[in-house]
Amino acid sequence: MENLDQKFDETIKMGLEIVKETEEDRLMTLSVGPQHPGSGHFRFTIKVDGDYIVYCDPDPGYVHRGEEKMCEYRNFIQNIPHLERPVIHDSTNITYSYSLAVEELANIQVPLRGQYIRALASELNRQVYTLYWLGIYGIFLGHSTMFMWPVGDRELFIDLLEALTGARVTHAFNIPGGVRNDMPEGFRDRCLRQVAYFEKRLAEYEDIFYNNPLFRQRTEGVGILSKEDAIKLGVTGSVLRASGVPFDVRKAEPYDIYNEIDFKVQYMQTCDSFARSMVPLLDMKESCQIIRQLLDKMPKSGEVRAKLQPNPKGPAGESYKRVESGRGALGYYIVSDGTPKPYRVKLSVGSFRNMLALPFLLVGSKLADMPSIYWSLNYWPVEADR
Amino acid sequence: MIYARPGRTKILVPSNEIVEVASFIRDTLGFDHAESVSGTDYPKDNQIEVIYHLSSYSDDKLSSQVMALSTRVNRDDARLPTLINIFKSAEYHERETFEMLGVYFDGHPRNERFLLPEDWADIPPLRKEFRIKGR
Repeated sequence: MENLDQKFDETIKMGLEIVKETEEDRLMTLSVGPQHPGSGHFRFTIKVDGDYIVYCDPDPGYVHRGEEKMCEYRNFIQNIPHLERPVIHDSTNITYSYSLAVEELANIQVPLRGQYIRALASELNRQVYTLYWLGIYGIFLGHSTMFMWPVGDRELFIDLLEALTGARVTHAFNIPGGVRNDMPEGFRDRCLRQVAYFEKRLAEYEDIFYNNPLFRQRTEGVGILSKEDAIKLGVTGSVLRASGVPFDVRKAEPYDIYNEIDFKVQYMQTCDSFARSMVPLLDMKESCQIIRQLLDKMPKSGEVRAKLQPNPKGPAGESYKRVESGRGALGYYIVSDGTPKPYRVKLSVGSFRNMLALPFLLVGSKLADMPSIYWSLNYWPVEADR
Repeated sequence: MIYARPGRTKILVPSNEIVEVASFIRDTLGFDHAESVSGTDYPKDNQIEVIYHLSSYSDDKLSSQVMALSTRVNRDDARLPTLINIFKSAEYHERETFEMLGVYFDGHPRNERFLLPEDWADIPPLRKEFRIKGR
């Protein structure tokens, strides 16, 4: 017994000495990830001083697949299926800007009905992604209903996309020149019905999740990213719009038929995690009425894709095109040397750009706020790594 | 000036002038952030082209514009001054360009591994002489 007391005293002494030794020893280093800090393999190292985070270093790359290098070995059409792998839940949008860029390079005109169906698929897919993101946010905050509901309602849009494209998640639907196939019979009515039901659900989401005092406590006033900082860090998508910058590529630089669609850019001024989780909800509401407009204004018949040569190619040149994806602006920079294979493809993805805000927001905040800040950044690790 | 199309402008500047040109683009023209930084390898010219795609959030008139600021460096001694003091948003993009193409950014705090595995011991993978196995 005496021995044990002695050891105990020694341990206390050692502990005190360690704390006294240097200021650095007060800090504890924690490694968050790489095994799914929430979703997707991503690691960041943080140092905490008591409750507060004083250092953060993101370490991505656990799901790096070399998409950009792979593109150089395949022709423009073969690239589509592997390019949607970085973000399978938003696969229509990640191939959208690729198709736009290839169309510019090879000078391909997309038929009007093709443009509408493409935009429709893109809106439906954005809903799928945002609902999945919202579900994961629920896991992060320990709110299991918030996981079950959005992931369940996501099936509404997955079913629609399955009817439209033939695949549940990875569609390979957008191709240079338009879309792969026309809408099936009765799709319009089914789509309108499901969207009307979903709008009712969104109102319930607001009540049960966003007006939940616990959810508000954990997100309001947490992780403030001011407008100036958001611009300086070059963040995009809902993170940017939550900081009071009404920027949306669909409005700023309308592609395809978006200049004929009447919609408002949703943004908030409060700059906190709550705003960053609220803006995607507002986007989903706005998206519902965009879907209705697209279905109404769509030409009743016509071609949905342009006839292409077997191996489309254009003259040597380059193109930079962007669209608004679930995570913000998604740009493709493609350099062509005149052959059917691209010479260089660069993806500028929202997740990679938003990652810069992570250390910026985490340093100085409490460790307990880490989950609500991290996932509010709309960060998809697989997309950031490419 | 390489081209000026609707919404897209590309300029090519010598590498020793890029910092001044970038300051001019930010302060006078109003482009406030970098959307992407990419490098393209041209072994035939023995050069690497580094290109910054710049855009603007604060000026509504510029929001549809993307300015491509590019420069070329020698492949054997690829060094460029960093632009992160002008465009903070380029920080991770430049770091990625360093590891993927081996362009060293003078003044960048971290020219080190980012996406590649920790034990990566090959040449930068986006250089053209790096071949995917079996292809």
